[in-house]
Amino acid sequence: MAEQKFEDAFQKLEAIVKKLEEGNLSLEESLKAFEEGVRLSRFCAKKLDEAEKKVEILLKDSEGRLLSHPFSLNSAEEE
Amino acid sequence: MSIFRPIYTVTQLTTEIKNLLERNFEYIWVEGEISNLRIPTSGHIYFTLKDETAQIRAVMFRLQSRLLKFEPVDGLQVISYGRISVYEPRGEYQLIVDYLEPKGLGALQLAFEQLKEKLAQEGLFDPAHKKPIPRLPQRIGIVTSPTGAAIRDMLKIIERRYANVHIFLYPVRVQGPGAAQEIAQAIKELNEWPSIDVIIVGRGGGSLEDLWAFNEEVVARAIFSSRVPVISAVGHEIDYTIADFVADLRAPTPSAAAELVVQEKIELIEGLANLNNRLFHNFRSLLEIKKEKLQSLLYRLTDPRKRLSDQRLRIDDLSHRLFKNIRQTLLKKKEIFQFKKDSLFLQHPGRQIDQASWHLQQLFRQMILAERGELRLLRQKWQNWSEKLSALNPLAILERGYSISWLLPQGEIIKDASFLKPEDKVRVKVHKGEFMAKVEKINLKEE
Repeated sequence: MAEQKFEDAFQKLEAIVKKLEEGNLSLEESLKAFEEGVRLSRFCAKKLDEAEKKVEILLKDSEGRLLSHPFSLNSAEEE
Repeated sequence: MSIFRPIYTVTQLTTEIKNLLERNFEYIWVEGEISNLRIPTSGHIYFTLKDETAQIRAVMFRLQSRLLKFEPVDGLQVISYGRISVYEPRGEYQLIVDYLEPKGLGALQLAFEQLKEKLAQEGLFDPAHKKPIPRLPQRIGIVTSPTGAAIRDMLKIIERRYANVHIFLYPVRVQGPGAAQEIAQAIKELNEWPSIDVIIVGRGGGSLEDLWAFNEEVVARAIFSSRVPVISAVGHEIDYTIADFVADLRAPTPSAAAELVVQEKIELIEGLANLNNRLFHNFRSLLEIKKEKLQSLLYRLTDPRKRLSDQRLRIDDLSHRLFKNIRQTLLKKKEIFQFKKDSLFLQHPGRQIDQASWHLQQLFRQMILAERGELRLLRQKWQNWSEKLSALNPLAILERGYSISWLLPQGEIIKDASFLKPEDKVRVKVHKGEFMAKVEKINLKEE
């Protein structure tokens, strides 16, 4: 779901920038477009920053439930 | 009576035949075409191996047949490995097959082709079913061996690219018995793990046998049923597995899959930065343009007060020019007027009359003068003519004794006597009076 929002926002931002580059907007329209562009840009940046950088391994516990644990290549090779 | 002619019983004969055959044809390779294939519920495969001119019955027992990777069918050329056996109760010999492989194509290869055909028919490879890979996957599931080369390569790439993604590794065996089942299970469970955006399924390079798990039907079906998009990343570039055909996207290697997934994000970050730049840059230049326009308009649109004084100056200037102009015009007009007046004055009727009368007087004087002179001339002329006339008066000639004669009754003056006849009447005028005469005689001679 978050994915869709990012996609939409990014595409809208592209459209706005293109429109501004064409230069046919009135001052009022340009202002509005610019504001919207900035808002979208901030939203996209936030989305891009959102994911943490993490590597985990999923293992089943004694009851068969899947749990995540931190994983690193070194620890795997030790097994 | 003993004749050296052994007499066999049927059993004896059969036993001899059995020994002979079984000893001499113990484990042989036989090539032929399958026909009359029959697989009862027992699972044993009964068939006939034949070629153009001969055939032999064959059987492959369940114990061996269940290991077959491919499906034997009528018409298939095969190479079998087995032994001859004689079944005494029926007096038949047959080939007991322990191993069977398709001729030309490897068994695995054939199995691959057969499954590929089957799943293709079912539509598992249909592009319409393929889901798009999300542009910004944040949470990525990976199904592979935790100790294999694949995961190592993938994590290295992700690390190198500094991409902030959350990886969930679901460890599985990637070859050997049961591997396919584990892989299928992993895919299923990752679908249930919260918010996985994309799943990568793969392993490092290997032989067809090594990669075989990814050609199994159970894996194909698990990928097809996955709600989350699946990227297959099996072996090397040249390896194509069934998993590759079913997946929503095939990556040629696990490293390529990692690049793909991470590259998008980096491209998006750059793309966003670029859009941002353009946004600000363009807006700035747009503002500049608008500003300039405004400036120029502003310039033209001067302060009202300045405008007033400007107007005043203008008015002054104009009125000055106007005034100057008028004066000049006026002067000019005056000149013209004067000129006209003068000309008019010259044209004054009174004046004209004076002029005329003076003119007339002059003419009169001239006339009189002329007349006098003229008269004198005329008189002289008259005099001359009258003298001339007197001299020429015919009647003066009469004074000298000449006479004029007219022929009567016509009244012609007679100059030529030849026109006369005797007895003609003539009228004669002399200096004093006239008389009538009659012609007596005509004389034409010259004197």
